[in-house]
Amino acid sequence: MSDTLHEPNLALHVEDLTVSYHGKPVLWDIDFDVPPGVMAAIVGPNGAGKSTLIKSVLGLVPSVAGHVTLFGRPYRGARRRVGYVPQRSSVDWDFPTTALDVVTMGLYGRLGWLRRPGKRERAEAMAALVMVGMEAFAGRQISQLSGGQQQRVFLARALVQKADVYFLDEPMAGVDATTERAIVDILRRLRDQGKTVIVVHHDLQTVRSYFDWMLILNVRVIAQGPVNDVYTADNLRRAYGGQIALLDDVTAPHPESPAAATSEDKSVGKSADDARNPPADSALGNIARETP
Amino acid sequence: MSLLALLSDYTLQNVAIGAALLGLVSGVLGSFAVLRKQSLLGDTLSHAALPGVCLGFIVGGGRHMGSILAGALITGALAALVMLLLTRMSRLKTDAALGISLSVFFAVGVVLLTYLQGGNNASQGGLDAFLFGQAAATLRSDLWIMGGISVFALALVAALWKEFKLVSFDTQFAATLGLPVAWLEALMTVMIALAVVVGLQMVGVVLMAAMIIAPAVAARQWAHRLESMVLLAAVFGIIGGVSGAMISALARGLATGPLIILSLSSVVIVSLMFAPGRGFVWEILKLKRDRRQLRYQQVLTTLYRLASHHSDPGYRLDQGMVDAYHRTNTKRALDRLMRRGLVTLTTPPSHEPGQRKQWVLTAEGYREAERILDSLGQEASA
Repeated sequence: MSDTLHEPNLALHVEDLTVSYHGKPVLWDIDFDVPPGVMAAIVGPNGAGKSTLIKSVLGLVPSVAGHVTLFGRPYRGARRRVGYVPQRSSVDWDFPTTALDVVTMGLYGRLGWLRRPGKRERAEAMAALVMVGMEAFAGRQISQLSGGQQQRVFLARALVQKADVYFLDEPMAGVDATTERAIVDILRRLRDQGKTVIVVHHDLQTVRSYFDWMLILNVRVIAQGPVNDVYTADNLRRAYGGQIALLDDVTAPHPESPAAATSEDKSVGKSADDARNPPADSALGNIARETP
Repeated sequence: MSLLALLSDYTLQNVAIGAALLGLVSGVLGSFAVLRKQSLLGDTLSHAALPGVCLGFIVGGGRHMGSILAGALITGALAALVMLLLTRMSRLKTDAALGISLSVFFAVGVVLLTYLQGGNNASQGGLDAFLFGQAAATLRSDLWIMGGISVFALALVAALWKEFKLVSFDTQFAATLGLPVAWLEALMTVMIALAVVVGLQMVGVVLMAAMIIAPAVAARQWAHRLESMVLLAAVFGIIGGVSGAMISALARGLATGPLIILSLSSVVIVSLMFAPGRGFVWEILKLKRDRRQLRYQQVLTTLYRLASHHSDPGYRLDQGMVDAYHRTNTKRALDRLMRRGLVTLTTPPSHEPGQRKQWVLTAEGYREAERILDSLGQEASA
């Protein structure tokens, strides 16, 4: 994939990225490419460095080595093309402000120094709240919103950034099913508009139904590429190691297509036994592609 | 002394204006400190001002306000820097770093203070006033300095309002937008040091932390937006400052600084108790109301369940029956439900043996019970 696309044509290009914390590597020699117009998941066990990868791409965490480009340019030059949704727990929701005000914050970068958000900015923020279905809560104190509603407000704040690449850090963590559905719908709409969406995701069960591109991470890159090629028992086992429960999840029947999953079950076992690297067009790949 | 004479008293005017300025600036800057969970920063910065006061005295060769305040600002900022380095370079957490920085700088300050008092300088006697403040010694010229600092700090807050707001709320997001977060945070810290400097003369280094924290904490209770919180904190600060000054003038001999803090503390206590939605009293009332509400709903749905079990919307129940179901006296709950028109008391038809009045759901009560059960069912399935 990466040899047919050149750097400027990649939404995100990460090369040799190494990040350490107190002398221990959190990310080791990461090479990671995302083409534009895909919805990509970053998955991996706890402590794999998923959030750190996003933060280091955005310059929030210093890196020891490596470089990052977005559409062929370093982050500083591509800032206006990037939208970011941090983890919901990273801020104090008791801050005295309203949902609309938080969304307006997404426009502060564009506004520049000494300029205050006016009517136009408020209208834009309101439009973003409508997109996430939160317009009725515009004037609500953020502390009085539920977890899912807070997450949608954060998503709206990224939407007003009108970016080309969106980074989301665990947007589906601890939200209700309705909100998860709504978030996925919005992200899909963004992708259909040609935007690139990169999501740190914790739920292996939903990776295949939500995403079309994925990176499996555990300090190093385990595998990356189209979900159909990368989502294999072998790759997941290499990332999650002895966490058997997770492997059970992988081979368990997929809720959206039980028939496909059972036959996949066998093929996973076969491909894992036959060859360490199942080819892209193996039985598994074909079957997995049938799942919507 | 009559109120008019009091108001025209020159010294008191100075003190009141100074206290109002201090309340204003510390209320505004303290709001950001409290929201950034750095309330204790004010404490460290003010204690660390003491060595600066002494050094300013030595360098300036006497009790010159300019050099003393500059010294306070410099050592305050230095203490903040030490705190920052400690948290970055070591495994110390912020609270420990603040504590270490505070005590080391304050100890140096006290040593310098006693050293100066040991020497036979005629004017060194005024220095220990900076420990607890000596409002009465405020001169018009001091007010100009305090006023200048206040105007500068407030102008800065106005100019960088949205940047300060975003950095206080979500530092990471601010950084991705390209804001110079480290500089903005440093600026906010320096501004706390400015507030401390304004307050040195009035309340002294020991109590200054309360000036930073109290107005902001009280305002947070009432306000739902940063704008109103900061305004309210400024108003609380001014009220606390001026009333403290007034009380100390009415009762000669009582220290102004501590009285200012005490007036502010009473504002804080009232706010913590009575602020709508967040106050202590409010929470208790809400808890009681919720419990009572739950009791009505239970009684109402019991009547509904029995009625639908007997397939009779007009199913009648004795008071004793309802009590037995809930194993407690439900008379009051039923009375309330009747007042809201959800149940009625009816006399049974004459052919029935018992002739005591019985409870019956009204049509409205029937609908209300269905609505309650619906919403419970939704929550259970969600």
